[in-house]
Amino acid sequence: MRTINVSVNGTKHSHEVEPRMLLIHYLREVIGLTGTHMGCETSLCGACTIEVNGKAVKSCTMFAVQADGAEILTIEGLAAPDGTLHPIQDAFWTEHALQCGFCTPGMIMITKQILERNPNPTEHEIREGLDGNLCRCTGYQHIVNAVRTASLHRDALASLPKAGA
Amino acid sequence: MIANSFEYSAPGSLKEALALLAEGAKPLAGGMSLIPMMKLRLANPEHLVDIGRLPELNYIREENGELHIGAGVTHFEVESSPLLLGKCPLIAETAAHIGDIQVRNRGTIGGSVAHADPSADYPAALHALDAKIVLVSGEGTRTLSTEEFFLDTFTTALEPGEIVSEVIVPVDAGLTGTSYQKFLQPASGFAIVGAAARVRQEGGKFTLVRVGMTGLSGNAYRARNVEDALVGKEVTDANIQAAAALVADGQDASSDLHATAEYRAHLAGAYTARALRAALARSA
Ligand SMILES: Cc1cc2nc3c(=O)[nH]c(=O)nc-3n(C[C@H](O)[C@H](O)[C@H](O)COP(=O)(O)OP(=O)(O)OC[C@H]3O[C@@H](n4cnc5c(N)ncnc54)[C@H](O)[C@@H]3O)c2cc1C
Ligand code: FES
Ligand code: FES
Repeated sequence: MRTINVSVNGTKHSHEVEPRMLLIHYLREVIGLTGTHMGCETSLCGACTIEVNGKAVKSCTMFAVQADGAEILTIEGLAAPDGTLHPIQDAFWTEHALQCGFCTPGMIMITKQILERNPNPTEHEIREGLDGNLCRCTGYQHIVNAVRTASLHRDALASLPKAGA
Repeated sequence: MIANSFEYSAPGSLKEALALLAEGAKPLAGGMSLIPMMKLRLANPEHLVDIGRLPELNYIREENGELHIGAGVTHFEVESSPLLLGKCPLIAETAAHIGDIQVRNRGTIGGSVAHADPSADYPAALHALDAKIVLVSGEGTRTLSTEEFFLDTFTTALEPGEIVSEVIVPVDAGLTGTSYQKFLQPASGFAIVGAAARVRQEGGKFTLVRVGMTGLSGNAYRARNVEDALVGKEVTDANIQAAAALVADGQDASSDLHATAEYRAHLAGAYTARALRAALARSA
């Protein structure tokens, strides 16, 4: 067992974990944040995407011990405390970018990284950015539309929560 | 999918890490190849040493006309480094072809070359760049050419207790034109074939040609026969076409559900020609 200290959505946590525990299991089962979804478990679908120190990662392909000392942001950390949706969440809502919603937490987290690195992406750049995230329902077009719509809310995006902020 | 139990160490210095590795521990860098294998229990290391956080392996710097990339530098850092984009665009362009954003945020250049996947992207570019791979252990360091380092499928010249500490590539912008062209397997994103080309021309003739190929066979290789067929020849598309057609000669082309050996060999020629043309268009 090893002790890890992490900050998740601004709240500090300290736990003893087995080195082989995956970060997604730590978030879902130890901390109880079940918004991050386990889809494929094989690094391919992106449903488990979260941010570690500002970088989007697949939390099924990282051990919790590797996140020791890190600032983590999950889907639960995006909306304002009063429940106001984050502009990317809002864009997914208005563009009907989900059906079953299973892929959505990962899609929203990767959209945040895409727009931080490229605030005004072309459709091609959006599709390349979504490369590591699979959706079995929508056919992607509405997700692409949502990323574009979110990119138009520049001012709102400028006040994006940062991991640990 | 839970890995077997293992001991985990996160040493604060390279020296401490090397001491643990000398005792038989296995390095963990970005984990983008090792963790999937551990989950499938294809790899069952008893002791992992996390070298992915060592600041001593995380740098990109220019020294004496060469660019040194620390083993811990992620694919995203390579793809977005202003120094590399300006002075060795081939390595940055190749990094951008690897996997997806999340994989590039974690995976490292040291882990990729050490893993030596027969479809990995970097090896093609590193062959074309005449790159050097620097290895370090408790005993000291040694510097190998790519042909000395990449030995076979998932097999390199690394000895037990030894790690890759850095990759050295030349300052290459200016007269040299480069390109990496990848035909990917859409589900995994890995290369079915990937061709890296680097060319220089003077007075209408090729003066330098380098070709690296990945994906075709069990090990990425430098296609010296294509290079030899072009150096000193006139810069014409017919010459490029004829030389590129040689790229699969003498290779044991792989066959799998995504591409038969015959189709792979065909693709290798086509993508080598594309890479050579694109590199030529970027050379002065
Ligand atoms: C979904 C997905 C898609 C991918 N697509 C591609 C792709 O298109 N192209 C491509 O090239 N790769 C691809 N990869 C692999 C990726 O590039 C990995 O990052 C890389 O192969 C390994 O680097 P790592 O830092 O993650 O190493 P790890 O997974 O941490 O380690 C890999 C191996 O190398 C050893 N090791 C690590 N660092 C060192 C070192 N410095 N010295 C000696 N040994 C070391 C480890 O012990 C282990 O055996 C993909 C991976 C995933 C999960
Ligand atoms: S659950 Fe992590 S990538 Fe699919
Ligand atoms: S909405 Fe169902 S998987 Fe994307």
